[in-house]
Amino acid sequence: MLRRILNLLRRLARALPGAAMAGGAAGTASAATLPENKAEAIYHVYDGGGVKATGPALLVRKSLADRVSLSAQYYVDAVSNASIDVVTTASPFKETRTAWDLSADTLVRDSLLSVGVSRSSEPDYIAEAVNADVSHEVFGGMTTVSLGFTRARDLVGKKGEQGWIDQASHWQYRAGVTQILTPRWLVSLNAEAVADSGFLGSPYRAARVFGAAVPERNPRTRSSRAVKLRTLYDSGEWLRGSSVRAEFRRYWDNWDIAATTTEFGFAKYLGERFLLDATMRFYAQDKALFYSDNAQVETVYVSRNRQLSTFKSTSFGARLSYTWPNLPTGWDVKLVGAYERKSFRFSDFTDLRTGSAYSYDANVLQLMVLANF
Amino acid sequence: MSRTVHLAAAACLIALLQGCASVKPWVAPYERERLADPVMQWSRTALADRHREHVHLVREGARGATGVQGGGCGCN
Repeated sequence: MLRRILNLLRRLARALPGAAMAGGAAGTASAATLPENKAEAIYHVYDGGGVKATGPALLVRKSLADRVSLSAQYYVDAVSNASIDVVTTASPFKETRTAWDLSADTLVRDSLLSVGVSRSSEPDYIAEAVNADVSHEVFGGMTTVSLGFTRARDLVGKKGEQGWIDQASHWQYRAGVTQILTPRWLVSLNAEAVADSGFLGSPYRAARVFGAAVPERNPRTRSSRAVKLRTLYDSGEWLRGSSVRAEFRRYWDNWDIAATTTEFGFAKYLGERFLLDATMRFYAQDKALFYSDNAQVETVYVSRNRQLSTFKSTSFGARLSYTWPNLPTGWDVKLVGAYERKSFRFSDFTDLRTGSAYSYDANVLQLMVLANF
Repeated sequence: MSRTVHLAAAACLIALLQGCASVKPWVAPYERERLADPVMQWSRTALADRHREHVHLVREGARGATGVQGGGCGCN
């Protein structure tokens, strides 16, 4: 066995000088670039299942001397919550979440390095994170490889109980590769592993055991994996100015949740100024091991969080983008409106008001102004 | 023995990765005009994608590998 490996090494060593020269030549053919200068403003609305979340968000990205690109984001979620959990076990409430993100990107040869910090705060929950990402172009810019890491820490409180405080930590490791297959065809593979420890539930949510409401009990660790394959094809040869997209994601974790997400997209220019996008998304998941609609045995962990139940979600959406005409050279301004209709159908989460399986529909609206400069 | 095998495996990996460098790009930069068109971008609206990602993250059990870069969720 060892002899075979050594022989292989000898053969590879003989091939190395030529390979390295070819690699150097290929490397000079590509050039990674900093992200474009841009500003985005959005007003977003989510309305469904008794929850309404609205708010503005802003993003500004600007490069300094073509060496570093700085980005700042501000995001607001004003939530009015009368979800089924809330109306059956507590009282409706309103609260606001605000989030800040700051990041810096720089180029080192064909590598784009990015570091960022973020903070999200609401009255009973603060989440802080740092992330570092690197993407690198190889094979003359035909392949982009990316690696990333996020470390996050949450502080969890409970309204009405001043001394109640807990924490959670999260580690996210991600890797991806995007490949140009032909002058019209891209494919991308992403993978991410997430590890969590600490308080991973809600201090307000109740589980049901023998028909009685008890505080939910979640494990204090969780580990998950996700892999996503997506492809994008320029279909302009069949339908001028169009592209089609397909995505598939498989998710699994040690809470025994397994999920698949399938998404299809289509983009088409309508004249010179309008660009239409249409999307379909299908999501299905199996329940967590300790999820129960109404547990009939006492277990260490028990939850009636419908996010951990067995359910399917279907979405249909469209987005229309209008490019503002006659602007000074170097400026590109777009007005964008997007709407998505989502439906959630739960298999093992009972609506306690009706006794039947719970389901609801939701509307997602986004109004945006985008400017590249 | 184990150390030798590990070293040999590491050397193999490095050698194989160097070998990859010899692959010649089969789509030249001047052939990538269509790929630069906005309809061939994975994302054209960073904030909208972030919002959509958050909508899914707080309502579904699955997470990760979305291609949307970001930090903490703030999901309670």
